[in-house]
Amino acid sequence: MKFYMMHLMPYADLDLDYDKTHNSAWITLPNSYYDPKKGAKLYNRYLDELEYADQLGFDGVCVNEHHQNAYGLMPQPGVMAGALARRTKKVKIAILGRALPLLNNPVTVAEEFAMVDNITEGRFIAGFVRGIGAEYHAWSSNPADSHERFHEAHDLILRAWTETGPFAFEGKHYQFEYVNLWPRPYQSPRPPIWIPSQGSSETIEWASHPDRRYTYLQTFTPVAMLAKYMQMYKDMAAEHGYEATEDQLGWSVPLYVAETDEIARREAAPHIENFLNKFLRMPKEMLLPPGYLSLKSMLGVMKAKSSIGTRQTIDDVIDKGMFICGSPETVRQRLAQYQGEIGFGHLLTLLQFGTLPAELTRKNMELYATEVMPWLRENRAGGVRAAAE
Amino acid sequence: MAHEETFETVAGCRFRVMRGGRGEPLLFLHGASGAGRWLPFMDMLAQSYDVIVPEHPGFGASDTPEWLDTVGDLAYFYLDVIDHLGLDKVHLVGTSIGGWIAAELATRSCEKISSLTLVAPAGISVPGVRKGDMFMWSPEELAQNLFHNQEIAKAMPQPANEEELLVVLKNRLMTAKLGWSPRFHNPHLKKWLHRIAVPTLIVWGDDDKLIPTAYGPAYRDLIPASSLEIIPECGHLPHVEKAQEFTSKVVGFLQGAA
Repeated sequence: MKFYMMHLMPYADLDLDYDKTHNSAWITLPNSYYDPKKGAKLYNRYLDELEYADQLGFDGVCVNEHHQNAYGLMPQPGVMAGALARRTKKVKIAILGRALPLLNNPVTVAEEFAMVDNITEGRFIAGFVRGIGAEYHAWSSNPADSHERFHEAHDLILRAWTETGPFAFEGKHYQFEYVNLWPRPYQSPRPPIWIPSQGSSETIEWASHPDRRYTYLQTFTPVAMLAKYMQMYKDMAAEHGYEATEDQLGWSVPLYVAETDEIARREAAPHIENFLNKFLRMPKEMLLPPGYLSLKSMLGVMKAKSSIGTRQTIDDVIDKGMFICGSPETVRQRLAQYQGEIGFGHLLTLLQFGTLPAELTRKNMELYATEVMPWLRENRAGGVRAAAE
Repeated sequence: MAHEETFETVAGCRFRVMRGGRGEPLLFLHGASGAGRWLPFMDMLAQSYDVIVPEHPGFGASDTPEWLDTVGDLAYFYLDVIDHLGLDKVHLVGTSIGGWIAAELATRSCEKISSLTLVAPAGISVPGVRKGDMFMWSPEELAQNLFHNQEIAKAMPQPANEEELLVVLKNRLMTAKLGWSPRFHNPHLKKWLHRIAVPTLIVWGDDDKLIPTAYGPAYRDLIPASSLEIIPECGHLPHVEKAQEFTSKVVGFLQGAA
């Protein structure tokens, strides 16, 4: 199993009373809530944390893209990857991912990723997503075209990385007379591609196809759903006549480890609850614009008793396995159990979340890197050799 | 007044049509919420006209054809529909997105239409006058913002079952497809509205929170033989909220235009 530190880089100095006057920390929350003096300090603190992960022996560090919100301050994650490329030495750098349907020109992402791949001499992992629904409000990108644009942009980027240029590209949404990427990616034939998702059978079907065999990354979902989707990937691979490796399955989860279960829970509680109730807060119309989900999935959401907007506690998310929290022993056993049952090869931990301050984040990282990671490396080796190179 | 429902096929797209009444043909193009049922104003118009109400491709019981990407596609589609139904001297009436389709159609050809009625039409942008963002509104806010009279808003039927909810979602999806960006307008339409060569009535409610009433004069100034009627104490759907007043204004206009 490989270990990664994921960062969302939230605006942790957010005035948490914003929700007395605004219904979301996204899109419509005025940016007067953002103080550049505080934001600058946060950016540098967060980058320090990811650089520290390199020194602590993590296998990789991960950043992602969200627009116009206090939840994550990385609208252009390539900037963070660029900053990390020179300051880290051993870790993989993963952008998980770029929201392809938002792009007016997908070649920009092919170029940017290829540059980071070159500068890091192949320490780069590419992630492609559709973004969450709110991005379509933020960028005025048509959610009804989201799936079409995702696939077309993906195909264009893949060809740009793997075909000798120049070639012409004639799509419905993107047209080019000349695609001829300078630089070509460092890794051959291309960087590894990961597909983060909150769970969708269409996405798993697509990612698991023998032509792609992309690593499917399940993000922030109950562990029962994780198991279901990982099994779905394996079943679909089997239907295609091959066996999915652990390298094709990843899980991203917030985690907090401290000296004892009691200390962990006490220290994490306000910050994970801020993450859930303040930073993730948004109305359904913002999260799920028309077309973002298929009509069938959307009907399911409308019929289901929605948890969107209801207050969540630390106990809710611990019970569902959406948050791993406890002493080193508790965390080791939980992760070993889940890994043994589900068989993922990449474990992405969000070790800073919501308002978790710098000193607790560092303590969390250190305990995880010294008390949890080595033990899991010893006890859950095997199965991911394909990821080693 | 009785009306009948049929399905027709044009340009490979099977679509639902409601039709009732006698007289000159009147083609009504619905807005974002579709044409699920025969409404009181249709009945009133059917006293004097052959009222034809198609459900747009991509809405309700109609197919969603591969070729449908823009409102311009629907403008050409309805030119085909007019030919398919053998209509001539049609009174074309469109509301909201349907008004946008009607305006685009009329800039392409007025050969078969004898008048145009635009009811709070989308289609253009007036700098500095922001439309309401219906995609951010909850179902309750949408109902509130579509009407001036909140009693009517409260009385609006909500989807009663899964089938009706699916229609609401399907209509919303196609509304986004056609109008998400640029938001409910075609930046090029303004350039060609001068081609509309038939008498045109523009109707707006004075309390329209989706497409503000200030859009009325802008449309009037762009279409040569046009007049603007503002209906007081009325929201985005004059044909629903003020059906009687709306119908008498339209009939008065059509009789003058005929």
